[in-house]
Amino acid sequence: MTADARARSPLAARAADLATIGAELVPFLAQVDLRVDPTHAGIAPYPLPLEPNTAWHDDHYAALWLGPDEWLILGPADAAGEIVAALETAFADVDRSVVDVSANRVAIALTSEDRLDLLSHVCPLDLDPRVWSAGRCAQTMLGRAQAILLERAGTTPVLVRPSFADYVVDLLLAVRGATSGVGA
Amino acid sequence: MTGRRLPEGGTWIDRSRPIGFAFDGRELTGFEGDTLSSALLANGIDVVCRSPILGRPRGIVSAGVEESSGFVEISLPWFDPIVAATMVDLVDGLVVTGRPGVGVLPADRPPTKPSMHRHAHVEVLVIGSGDGWLPAVEEAAAHGDRVLVVEREPRLAASGEGVTVLTNATALGLYDDGYAVVHERGPERDTLWHVRAGRVILATGAHERPIAFADDDRPGVMLAGAVRTYLERFGVLPGGRVVVFTTNASTDGLPDLLRQAGGEVAAVADVREGWAVAGTESDPHVEAVHLVGPEGERRTVDSDLVAVSGGWNPAAQLSRAIGGGLRYDEALATYVPDGAGPDWLEIVGTAAGLDLSPSAPYWYTPADDLSTHFVDLQRDQTVQDVLDAVEGGLRSVEHVKRATYIGTAIDQGRTSGVLAAEIVNAALGWELGAQGPTNARPPYVPVPFSVLAGMDRGPALLDPKRITPIHASHVESGAVFENVGQWLRPRYFPEEAEDLDAAVERECLAVRNAAGALDASTLGKIEVVGPDAAVFLDRMYTNRMSNLAAGSIRYGFMLGLDGMVLDDGVAMRLAEDRYLVTTTTGGAAAVLDRFEEWLQTEWPELRVSCTSVTEQWAVVAVGGPGARYVVAKIGTDVDLSAETFPWMTWREGTVSGVPCRVCRVSFHGELSYELHVSSWHGRHVWDAVVATGAVPYGTEAMHVLRAEKGYVIVGQETDGTVTPDDLGMGWIVNPSKGDFVGKRSLVRADTLREDRKQLVALLPHDRSALPVEGSQLVGSAELPEPPVPMLGHVTSSYRSPILDRTFALAMLKDGRAMRGDTVWAASHGNTIACEVTDPVVYDPEDSRRDG
Repeated sequence: MTADARARSPLAARAADLATIGAELVPFLAQVDLRVDPTHAGIAPYPLPLEPNTAWHDDHYAALWLGPDEWLILGPADAAGEIVAALETAFADVDRSVVDVSANRVAIALTSEDRLDLLSHVCPLDLDPRVWSAGRCAQTMLGRAQAILLERAGTTPVLVRPSFADYVVDLLLAVRGATSGVGA
Repeated sequence: MTGRRLPEGGTWIDRSRPIGFAFDGRELTGFEGDTLSSALLANGIDVVCRSPILGRPRGIVSAGVEESSGFVEISLPWFDPIVAATMVDLVDGLVVTGRPGVGVLPADRPPTKPSMHRHAHVEVLVIGSGDGWLPAVEEAAAHGDRVLVVEREPRLAASGEGVTVLTNATALGLYDDGYAVVHERGPERDTLWHVRAGRVILATGAHERPIAFADDDRPGVMLAGAVRTYLERFGVLPGGRVVVFTTNASTDGLPDLLRQAGGEVAAVADVREGWAVAGTESDPHVEAVHLVGPEGERRTVDSDLVAVSGGWNPAAQLSRAIGGGLRYDEALATYVPDGAGPDWLEIVGTAAGLDLSPSAPYWYTPADDLSTHFVDLQRDQTVQDVLDAVEGGLRSVEHVKRATYIGTAIDQGRTSGVLAAEIVNAALGWELGAQGPTNARPPYVPVPFSVLAGMDRGPALLDPKRITPIHASHVESGAVFENVGQWLRPRYFPEEAEDLDAAVERECLAVRNAAGALDASTLGKIEVVGPDAAVFLDRMYTNRMSNLAAGSIRYGFMLGLDGMVLDDGVAMRLAEDRYLVTTTTGGAAAVLDRFEEWLQTEWPELRVSCTSVTEQWAVVAVGGPGARYVVAKIGTDVDLSAETFPWMTWREGTVSGVPCRVCRVSFHGELSYELHVSSWHGRHVWDAVVATGAVPYGTEAMHVLRAEKGYVIVGQETDGTVTPDDLGMGWIVNPSKGDFVGKRSLVRADTLREDRKQLVALLPHDRSALPVEGSQLVGSAELPEPPVPMLGHVTSSYRSPILDRTFALAMLKDGRAMRGDTVWAASHGNTIACEVTDPVVYDPEDSRRDG
């Protein structure tokens, strides 16, 4: 949570609905978009995964492969400035684009046991554990909204545009309502 | 036909669980496991519906998806306008009505069954449980593959690691790369499955083919395999005294089976021995059957059931739709898959034409009168109708299909297709198999639109409504919203009993005379970063962006290759190698795609990256003579004086305690500060601005204000045929700066024509008359006889509160040369006289923008 009392996270009013879905809000997640030639990945301040649709993370930060020259760096609330500075410093001598996009998407973490079943109703990706396992990430659609999925042990953070966030919650609520009892 | 349930037997039904249902108002009982058709037969129901054109009584002819005769409407528990009785599982409380071959949608929108979509990914998809399905499943499971088996019928057992079975599920279509769409009918809810499979195995089996004879549509005429199905699965003997009419050995065991069940066999008419059924008698159901022998001898027998088998057609429709072909097989007297098709598709068992009974090629019993030899029951089309089409000069079965509609009904010609093709071939004197049945297309069986919709229905889920970070505040303010693309934007903020006009007038005057606030967060925003950012934007926009100083802003046009205006926006230079460009609300995604397209395909050497930041930033536009007061009041460390912070520049600082980019751009000509803050802070800043007394205004007032200043909206004044010069904005094109997208088209002869439609404003002579947007402009008050010369059209039309009069913007041929002239806006039979003027009707000197 950020100390800034003037900031409001999208979905802050939907806590009960998120609980019904089996999800929780991750407010103010720091997100920085990095574009840089992958041959410079070695000088990054965070390990940048080179295998498509995989992610690195430690206790505080994560780096998601979004494209051959694009990564999304995640960090705790209020860390965006520090991440931007770290990237700009590390890549000072090479072409790069570092853009703070923390408020451009809102994160919810799906935590229920059946979360991947739930997603299979709205997401066209193969989310079977033999294909989709901890350390995987992907850009995809949830219903009609763009989303970034990240798989971690026991949780699936989902990043969506704030303007679509209520729609995504409504959609997952509808699926939850339709399937309650199924797989429980 | 005296349909009846036998005292025992029926592998699918549970006699301990009776199920009540209603058919045509009659309360009836069946058993769990029954289909509607088996329950109707068990209750002795002969006539399910009347035929759609001729009104002839029709019963049940099959036990499955090939049904061409017995159709019902379901009204409870869920509505379905038309479905084959063979495809309905009996459930408690089922209420159905016989329905001719055309469904009717009632006006009162009865509830449809809930449905949803689901995605599945497997290595092997097996469709159907015809011959050969089980070995395929076992082999795949042994490899550790994920296997999905889709079976239309309600029961099928298969087990093994990774094997999933969907029953009551029908594959509707196969598409490229092993994509299959499957409709699963659940008890409470349907599911539309999107299956991506590495391999697809078709084990769809074969469908029995009828033979045409006189009055072959009478209830009591049934496919022989269906008779066996009703007997074995449902314990129902569809008739007591049976004539078997056959061309092949698949009926060999049927007479014994019927006798064991207590039935009599009145006759076996085997085409291979020269015998055939000539016709049936009585009304509505069969009571007598006429037979004809090898020497033309005739016999009539008492019978209430004709079990017909004209051979078997492999059910290869799904493969045909994805490139699989058919070839004629003489021994089987039918068409079998020819081996063509995608490499991920395999057809096994009878669906491939294997293990089928050889059949005599026999399509209909010859007769003088062929007008009741029905070929396609659901379209009421007979052998005579086919012959008439050929007589009329048609040769292709595709043309005969269009002339007769054979094969266009719900069953897509599963029973009629081969018959119709071979009747045409024979009538033309062509050999057997010269042309095969018409193609079948997805969906394989009818699917309700409600299933295709899945959960995408209702106000929340039909289409996402994108909302801004300030949306909740607008809702609390009682704003009236409108859709702008997918966005919901406040259209106006009515106070008390205000209507649209009153609210817009108040909001406009607030901006002109005091201060207003607009939520402009929906503007598309793209951050363009890299050493070549300036070069790139010079190529994408008509004007020069490279000589913009950091801290400055420039308005720009983006053209299509045809030189026509595609989008507009402003570019803010953030740093030497960094710009933020805005796009129209609706154009954000298309502009980013366009940037990427040119960067990736035309100029990969440019060192530029583009990042969408549309939702990173909330934008609160504070405008009006009091704007400086408002921003100062909520607190800022930015020097707001016009001298140090001029028009078309931006400053970084804090506003109301949060980091902000303050931009001096205006879409209404008044002093204006656009406050770009993190979208997390959007609500805070909006509330602070409104608390100063700045009047919230919506898109409607925004339109009026910008039109008074002649500011165009791309997509309203422009329609893809308008150049910058047409808009009177030739100044925005900088031909000296080098190449840019669309430049070469600006020197085409047509683009340079003097008399192109040009942007003008129109001032109605009657200050209260409001031209209708879209009105054509004509040269006289009275419309001459058509064709009426069209001079142009009205693109925007409003009442201006500040001018206290109406005005419009229009695209008018040679409009700049017509200033001072009168044109008439014609609409709905009226014309409104208007003076043509310069497009800027308010403050043409721009005297107000510094406050």
